Amino acid sequence: MSQPDLIIHDEKDNVGVVVIETTKKGQECSAWIMENDKTVKVSSTNEVPLGHKIALKDLKEGDTILKYGHDIGKVVKSIKKGDHVHVHNVKTKKW
Amino acid sequence: MEIPKSFLGYKRENGRAGTRNHVIILPVDDISNACAEAVANNIKGTIALPHSYGRLQFGADLELHFRTMIGTGKNPNVAAVIVIGIEPKWTKRIVDEIAKTGKPVEGFHIERTGDIGTIMKASKKAQEFSQWASEKQREECPLSDLWISVKCGESDTTSGLASNPTVGNLMEKLEPFGVHLCFGETSELTGAETVCAARGATPEAKEKFMKTWSSYNDFILKEATNDLSESQPTAGNIAGGLTTIEEKAFGNFQKIGNLKFIDVLEPAEEPKKGKGLYFMDTSSAAAECVTLQAAGGFNIHLFPTGQGNIIGNPIEPVVKLTANPLTAKLMKEHVDCDVSKILSREMNLSQAGDELIKSMLKVANGRLTCAEALGHKEFVMTKLYRSA
Repeated sequence: MSQPDLIIHDEKDNVGVVVIETTKKGQECSAWIMENDKTVKVSSTNEVPLGHKIALKDLKEGDTILKYGHDIGKVVKSIKKGDHVHVHNVKTKKW
Repeated sequence: MEIPKSFLGYKRENGRAGTRNHVIILPVDDISNACAEAVANNIKGTIALPHSYGRLQFGADLELHFRTMIGTGKNPNVAAVIVIGIEPKWTKRIVDEIAKTGKPVEGFHIERTGDIGTIMKASKKAQEFSQWASEKQREECPLSDLWISVKCGESDTTSGLASNPTVGNLMEKLEPFGVHLCFGETSELTGAETVCAARGATPEAKEKFMKTWSSYNDFILKEATNDLSESQPTAGNIAGGLTTIEEKAFGNFQKIGNLKFIDVLEPAEEPKKGKGLYFMDTSSAAAECVTLQAAGGFNIHLFPTGQGNIIGNPIEPVVKLTANPLTAKLMKEHVDCDVSKILSREMNLSQAGDELIKSMLKVANGRLTCAEALGHKEFVMTKLYRSA
């Protein structure tokens, strides 16, 4: 039960949350999936701070971001696996 | 962990129990603040609750004002109340309702007397109340006397990952003991509204929730100039990694664990269906929400924070927890319960829930919260629309 670099809520999620102070560019991160206790690997393409999200797969404009197994918004700028996912490439579907 | 079956509280005349023993000086309206504060300054062991409203309100907004004033006075954390208003009629309405609990309450109005005469009369009564209340002793009370409200603030992704689920874990463990529980934040369930509605224990509760949420959403769609992207999520939320209101909502929702809610309350409404979880229609602004929950009769509050919200309340102790290791380190003086070890997997959720139960019971028994020690007493009335 080593310390994870990322935590993923649900197996369906396409993003994970950084739980260390920051990831380094190119860092091979271990991501712990809470739902099924599995660990997967993803390489961080940039420095991403604590609490911010990293894409677990390539995503294109219009795709849905899944977290907690639920829809939390849409991709507005294409995202590569390992990229920082935030307000610069994702927007709410509400307003 | 074996959960203690009782805590040490103040038994009240109406059968409820308080975690605190305040004597409050309650101004009915904004212009009576000076008088109320002067009385609280004269008489030690009392606290004034100044606020900004109470004049020329009407309709549902006025009713909410009265409900908040009356509910605050009735809260079991309050031993006795001095009510001060400019006019006799509204002052009396509040006094009469608080008096139904059986606790000492007396009203004073300023018109035809002025501040100085009113301060003198009210101070004499406040001294009597303060000395009377100071004789009260804590007694053993069943856990079911705890009415626990929850609200998160300055949330970030660590809230949804760990501190909110910790609150959910506590709820799951304490619900069987017959406690009352309350969550709110109508606006911050946007995006998770259908998932939340499905947690209604009855078709009526589900329907009432959707009606409440839709009414809020209609108001937002009408008033919003562009969208809520600047306010929901807040700049603090975004700095903490939260991207959209939906993400915030699903994180927020973790606070109720796997529980179902039995009823939907109006802002500041007292629950009437017995033990269990209630949803209250509130703003997501921390001080407004906690003020409404305290007026609903809740006597201890749990407040998970990510980036570090520092709120307190004058009558309902606010127990803060965080799972963000930076917040736990940099804002230590605001954190009653540190559950950041969940993120490094050195602590599991159940252990964190146990830690929170311990922290909460210490506070219920009398330990000052960080917010109390630091002097936080934000009392903020919710106003529904402009006055006449």
